[in-house]
Amino acid sequence: MLILECPCCGVMADETELAPGGEAHLKRYGPGSSDEDFEGYLFHRVNPKGVHFERWRHANGCGKWFLAARCTNTLEVFATYSAQTPEPPQHVIDAIRAKRPDWSIEA
Amino acid sequence: MRRYSAFAIAREAARYHQGWERAWASPEPKKSYDAIIVGAGGHGLATAFYLGKNFGITNVAVIEKGWLGGGNTGRNTTIIRSNYLQDASAAIYEKARGLYETMSQDLNYNVMFSPRGVIMLAQTHHEVRGYQRTAHANALQGVKTEFISPQRVKEIVPIINLDGPRYPVLGGLWQARGGTARHDAVAWGYARACSDMGMDIIQKTEVTGVRKENGAVVGVETSRGFIGTKKLGIVVAGHSGVLADMAGFRLPIESVALQALVSEPIKPCMDCVVMANTVHGYMSQSDKGEMVIGGGADGYNNYTQRGSFHHIEETVRALVETFPMISRLKQLRQWGGIVDMTGDRSPILSKTPVEGVFINCGWGTGGFKAIPGSGWGFAELMARGYSPLTAEFGLNRFKEGRFIDESVAAGVAH
Repeated sequence: MLILECPCCGVMADETELAPGGEAHLKRYGPGSSDEDFEGYLFHRVNPKGVHFERWRHANGCGKWFLAARCTNTLEVFATYSAQTPEPPQHVIDAIRAKRPDWSIEA
Repeated sequence: MRRYSAFAIAREAARYHQGWERAWASPEPKKSYDAIIVGAGGHGLATAFYLGKNFGITNVAVIEKGWLGGGNTGRNTTIIRSNYLQDASAAIYEKARGLYETMSQDLNYNVMFSPRGVIMLAQTHHEVRGYQRTAHANALQGVKTEFISPQRVKEIVPIINLDGPRYPVLGGLWQARGGTARHDAVAWGYARACSDMGMDIIQKTEVTGVRKENGAVVGVETSRGFIGTKKLGIVVAGHSGVLADMAGFRLPIESVALQALVSEPIKPCMDCVVMANTVHGYMSQSDKGEMVIGGGADGYNNYTQRGSFHHIEETVRALVETFPMISRLKQLRQWGGIVDMTGDRSPILSKTPVEGVFINCGWGTGGFKAIPGSGWGFAELMARGYSPLTAEFGLNRFKEGRFIDESVAAGVAH
């Protein structure tokens, strides 16, 4: 059972309390953008075997969205953090580096 | 290759079974091949087989990280059907179902294809309308299905409970020529036939990189050194994103875990396949007597081949209402596989931005039934650059908005 700490209400939530929301930090493209950018925003996903940033909602709890850094290959959770951030904050990157020294954030 | 036959069994019985030869060779990789397929699962091996059989391309290697058929080919619930709504889907799945009918003869390998019939239960009024629509679409596509009454469902599946409080059975979409096959045998049969044509099946060899020159592929780096080729077919299901990353392009794919389980073996009690898409559950009885049950996919990215327990619980809880007699069965085994999900839940069989690299992926939760049709079409695409079976399944459909929207059409389970 995947357990994530909701950074909004502090509850250690089982995955049955949570709704997954897919890849985090997507750059939104809208009207006026190129076809390639719009396609990438809508469909292309990093889908890494390893460190993954993703959106979750504490659906059966406080109802708020938050973000998590998780390893898709080991199911290890590095950190959860506020959804009001356009990129992973330094403390999350540090938490990942502590366990994955070779990891680098993808451009 | 020595053919398998009743005579061969008698001959070997008379000499203590000492004369059986290995079904396929395990050669050292050559320096280069006309075509390389990455992934020796059903789809990869079928592609290699039809490259040889239909196009005479036999200087082919199939490279596999683990062992043959050890991924999703050996982890699915072996259901074969072709009752899809969209024309492009119906065409490739019906092609596959037709090829399954004669596969044992074509490969001289018993894949135990059993056209026992598939029912998709309609358990909401929405599903009733949806499946009636699918039945009409199938009639136009030349796929034989019919919408049947609850009473007819009960005749076909006596163990079913029609009037459950949450999920009553309101009818069903019945495909009498759907069924099951032995999934391992499909991979083994293709591998034996490919090896017989002179192809190299190279197991326990991991592809670690794709080498390119001037935007075109020239070969792959592997754990056993560089192997050259001008044509590369990537057929690796859940790990498609990893291989695409090596080749230098991105895919509209996310990898998630899908689970299945089997019960302890019991006497024969259900001689068809029943799918209940509203509750994400499907069930059939294997030849060993186990009830084979498949459930829904997890919602988050995962490469671990383990799924979440609560999905199994939800699937079984819902199926117990429809099949009360399974409530006291013990679970024997449970497992997970990594499925590659696209945005429209339809596969990708396509050229890629890298010249000479072709990709066959995105089969998501329903790849087994498509294996021969997928191999047939993808081999044609690799050999000729175009196949009518795969034309609609190109990568460009996401940019152009031409989705083959089975996620809306078929509900959940594929």
